Amino acid sequence: MPDFLSDAAPIVALRGVGKAFATILALDGFDFAVRRGEFVSLLGPSGCGKSTALRLIAGLVAPTNGTIEWSDGKPANGALGFVFQEPTLMPWASVSSNVRLPLKLLGHDRAAAAERVNTALAGVGLAEFARAYPRELSGGMKMRVSIARALATAPQLLLMDEPFAALDEITRFRLANDLLRLWRTLGKTVVFVTHSVFESVFLSNRIVVMTPRPGRVFAEIPITAPYPREESFRTSPEYARFCRRVSQALAAAMAGGGA
Amino acid sequence: MSIEPPPTPEAREATRRDTVLRIALPIAVLALGVLAWDMAVRLTDTPAYKIPSPGAVFTTLRDDWPILASSLLVTLTTTFEALGLAVIGGVSFAILFSQSRLVEYSLYPYAVILQVTPVIAIAPVLLIYLEPSVAVLACAWIVAFFPVLANTTLGLNSVDRNLVDLFALYGASRGQILLYLRLPAALPAMLTGVRIAGGLSLIGAVVAEIAAGSAGAGSGLAFRIAESGYRLMIPRMFAALLLLSLAGIAIFFLLSLLSHAVLHRWHESALSPER
Repeated sequence: MPDFLSDAAPIVALRGVGKAFATILALDGFDFAVRRGEFVSLLGPSGCGKSTALRLIAGLVAPTNGTIEWSDGKPANGALGFVFQEPTLMPWASVSSNVRLPLKLLGHDRAAAAERVNTALAGVGLAEFARAYPRELSGGMKMRVSIARALATAPQLLLMDEPFAALDEITRFRLANDLLRLWRTLGKTVVFVTHSVFESVFLSNRIVVMTPRPGRVFAEIPITAPYPREESFRTSPEYARFCRRVSQALAAAMAGGGA
Repeated sequence: MSIEPPPTPEAREATRRDTVLRIALPIAVLALGVLAWDMAVRLTDTPAYKIPSPGAVFTTLRDDWPILASSLLVTLTTTFEALGLAVIGGVSFAILFSQSRLVEYSLYPYAVILQVTPVIAIAPVLLIYLEPSVAVLACAWIVAFFPVLANTTLGLNSVDRNLVDLFALYGASRGQILLYLRLPAALPAMLTGVRIAGGLSLIGAVVAEIAAGSAGAGSGLAFRIAESGYRLMIPRMFAALLLLSLAGIAIFFLLSLLSHAVLHRWHESALSPER
């Protein structure tokens, strides 16, 4: 990916952020900036506070200390999309109603929302399942609906919390391919939380390796392989090299963190 | 990528057989029971004022139909009025509780007390102060109210926390969260409460009618049972009892049907066993 990203202006910067839950320190002195247009992954072992970092950016929790600075001011409702580890769909609502939810909460009327819903569903390849109910769909399809819902408001920043962790490998690969395609065509910024080295290398411009609790930035590794990254990238020596580097960083982070 | 495949013909055949058995077997047991009852009464030559034969019960049911039907109507009216008020009251209070913890803490214990105090003991007290028909309704309401309240409260509180976060992310108001998230999420539990309440409000109505006894205008089915007992009209007693059972079954099926109609597209409890 082009080099301009390394000096692109950050959309949001977390500076010296700490977050404590009761007696547990999830994050401490966490410095992390998201640059406009990049696909950045937060990589770390379970419980390293990477999900907490995502929730801090989303404004779902407030930092115990440190600051979160937005370059264009705090994002308005709907300027952020969030994809959870589970599809988190409303089981009582059809696929299209689920995707329409953010628009409904923002006060768009049904007619105005319809087109955006259709576009979002088409984007994830589920146009013909608009009237289905979540329980009629496979796990991968539910996750696609969840992504469509996050995209419905056309957010600039997409936050994804281990969205593919619960899926089988074949589905995971396919969704990863489609996610990259969406990212490239829609020009979003994506922050992707994962504990999979392979997934993060395949997807990201940049990987931030975190230490175990309390979470800190251990290393930042740019993945300079060009996009589009197709299936062939998964088996390339270049991919293997990046995976080895990131794995080593992760191992060092865990050893250094005393886990 | 496709919706799960339709069940194979064999699987569908197996489900159909299962359904037939589910319906046929209880009917067969009923037929055998009635036959055994009839034989026992005939063979032992038991007089009808001790145990009437099934035939005598059915004859009474036919001959006394005008009286029994009007009594049935009275009891059913009370039951459904009580159920309706219990649903309105239970759901309203559950919503109130979900909006304010202080209100919940203040009032919930009294709802429990209302529930754990036997209604048969409350009925005579209510009968002092209320019209008998109103007292009967109040008793039926008291027993039906709590299951609706408790189940709806549980349902309103058991919402997917990620969905709550999602609503927060889009700046949803309390009203939106209640209307679009908590209430739909509470529906399965609420309907379970309503199903339990349906049976209980019939029981409450019957208990209160019996307690009201001759003090009441006394025209419900339970009053007929008590009255027939005093007057040794045992076949009529059995006929009234049979009607009460049938009413209970009908209420249960009606409410199950309602529950299924509302939930069948999405809730796990309404899924067919095949898949």
